[in-house]
Amino acid sequence: MEKKLYTVTVFSENHVGLLNQITIIFTRRQLNIETLSVSPSALKGIHKFTITTYTDADTIEKVVKQIDKRVDIIKSYFNTDEDLVYQEIALYKIATDQFLQLGSIEQLIRKYNIRILEMNETCVVLEKTGHYDETQGLFDELSQKLKVLQFIRSGRVAITKSKIERLSDMLASLEDMRPQ
Amino acid sequence: MSNKIKGSEALIKSLLAEGVDTIFGYPGGAIIPTFDALYDYQDKINYILTRHEQGATHSAQGYARVSGKVGVCIVTSGPAATNAITGIGDAMMDSTPMVVIAGQVGSSLLGTDAFQEIDVVGITQPITKWSYQIRSAEEIPSAVARAFYIARSGRPGPVVLDFAKNAQTELVDFKYEKCKFTRGYIPSMPIKQKHIDDAASIINNAKKPLALVGQGVILSNAEKELLSFLEKADIPAASTLLGLSAMPSDFRLNKGFIGMHGNIAPNMKTNECDVLIAIGMRFDDRVTGKLDTYAKQAKVIHIDIDPSEIGKNVAVTAKILGDAKAALCALTEKTEPATHTEWINSFDDFDKLEFDKVIEKELYPKSGDITMGEVVRKVSEATNNNAVLVTDVGQNQMMSARYFRFSQTRSVVTSGGLGTMGFGIPAAIGAKVGAPERTVCMFAGDGGFQMTIQELGTIMQSNIGVKMIVMNNNYLGMVRQWQELFYDKRYSSTPMINPDFNQIADAYRIANRHVSRREDLDDAIAEMLKDDKPFLLVVEVEEQGLVYPMTPAGDTVTNILY
Repeated sequence: MEKKLYTVTVFSENHVGLLNQITIIFTRRQLNIETLSVSPSALKGIHKFTITTYTDADTIEKVVKQIDKRVDIIKSYFNTDEDLVYQEIALYKIATDQFLQLGSIEQLIRKYNIRILEMNETCVVLEKTGHYDETQGLFDELSQKLKVLQFIRSGRVAITKSKIERLSDMLASLEDMRPQ
Repeated sequence: MSNKIKGSEALIKSLLAEGVDTIFGYPGGAIIPTFDALYDYQDKINYILTRHEQGATHSAQGYARVSGKVGVCIVTSGPAATNAITGIGDAMMDSTPMVVIAGQVGSSLLGTDAFQEIDVVGITQPITKWSYQIRSAEEIPSAVARAFYIARSGRPGPVVLDFAKNAQTELVDFKYEKCKFTRGYIPSMPIKQKHIDDAASIINNAKKPLALVGQGVILSNAEKELLSFLEKADIPAASTLLGLSAMPSDFRLNKGFIGMHGNIAPNMKTNECDVLIAIGMRFDDRVTGKLDTYAKQAKVIHIDIDPSEIGKNVAVTAKILGDAKAALCALTEKTEPATHTEWINSFDDFDKLEFDKVIEKELYPKSGDITMGEVVRKVSEATNNNAVLVTDVGQNQMMSARYFRFSQTRSVVTSGGLGTMGFGIPAAIGAKVGAPERTVCMFAGDGGFQMTIQELGTIMQSNIGVKMIVMNNNYLGMVRQWQELFYDKRYSSTPMINPDFNQIADAYRIANRHVSRREDLDDAIAEMLKDDKPFLLVVEVEEQGLVYPMTPAGDTVTNILY
């Protein structure tokens, strides 16, 4: 079966140890986690995990069911890129003198829509948001011209394009099941 | 005036609130306060001291499997917790409700590699339904309530509570409230009428339906509903290893046992039926063989409570998500009465083939050494096919599954998924404690018997009336069988030089007998069953015995050696 990048979104209670329970399900199937991002969700007390992995449709469906089965996982979903608006953020640290010698800073900033977060005598820190190819593109171009001292890219964050707000519907139906 | 009690006592009161009256376990440093509290509740809780923590877990499993209640273990930290891992993993694989409470070092020492500290939650997360560390006494009632709710509901399974020592000694106001709901865990979805309608329409159009019965039927107490469904639609059925005893052995539509060493007819018919109805089973590889060739001609209907099992191994045409009892009730209502006489009779040729090629010489040998099959069948018949069967793992297990007969449900305690050698003796202890009015017969080989042989001490101390039958072939028989068939008869590490098992039983003051001649067998079995006391029957069986029929691992289900 064809492998592609899937984005798994997991909503959970904010309890200790859930990340481990999720990752061991990937480990058992020898799936590499490409990116991982965890944060509190819009709903108080509910955490959101966004995980990307390369696999096939059959496997990802089984993985998500097994994640869903864990106690305190409220709901998990998987999507492909077409269903999502997604973003990553990358930071680049460059020596100030090298940066100034580039000579084409304005062009570079316009081309990549860069923000400069910090600039001092020793270093400049650039920020770029975008898809993987875009943040990587800036890294590659900078690397050709100068030495990037540090480079960091975040895990993916993603929002679905669909009209249905699955989590709120899910929570409402869960509350219906609560015994009176 | 404060009503505060110690955490250890709060734990015991919480267990009592969950209806616990039996605990298996072993004390140690980090759990002493809890054992101290237990001392005051000996009139309410039967505490059985095992000889090893693995034994405690298997006993709790045996107890749970026959009684339907949650098995409970209390052990200490570190090595005790790691000793319990095999039983916890076994309970996870076989969906057995169990709560294991393990002591843990005090909260202030956590993470410091303290004496007998081990990361119990980290180790057990992959093999439990839920694993939780209790760090303060306030958490005890809610953690215990949640543990029991999770262990026994939905698809049952093991829960571990890692109980820090300070939480046992702190004082707490005790107030207990049972858990009835937790947002992140829905045990069972309500049955969807559309699922029922779709499945019923497939069944109503079936010409050659076959049902596969798993432990889910027993776990949801759906035995009656199963028989009504099968009878109404006239559907032949066969059991998985753990589904055995859900249908009486002599039930008209019971076509036996499926899987690697199952009966020829239901395995062959799996690839001939037009509709395959799987009820509370999970299409384990020991049932399906090669998936690419498994039941490809059939429309598959899968009834299961666990959504992650649907489509995991076998693609389904229709599913019914939910509890087997509710599903079968609803399905029977929508199923039209039918007769499939010709189809059902078509099983007979294979049954005759199996009898002629395998069963006759296994059960009724005229000469030669005693066979495992004849021992199992004779014991079964001597109990009027009414005993609880407990097995170890290997040839003894498959022979028992094939030849023991059942007249009531919850009569099989065996390690199916994990295949744990050494399961037999401690599981039999738990089974007898869980069903004291029943005869419990445990079959083991010489290998598995020695893996947990120390539990004879538990039998002696607590006077547990289990009937143990060791079928001794002086080999690790199942491995020997594979070596004979697939490894050019290179018997690597399978011959066993054994101790005198009868002398060991003598040392434990357990009545025992040794049989090596066929003519002594009936009398020895009668002696074993004459009272309700523990007994060890050692039977010397043929060394070269093979469990047939056999579908080689990973082969097509119909590719059967016999």
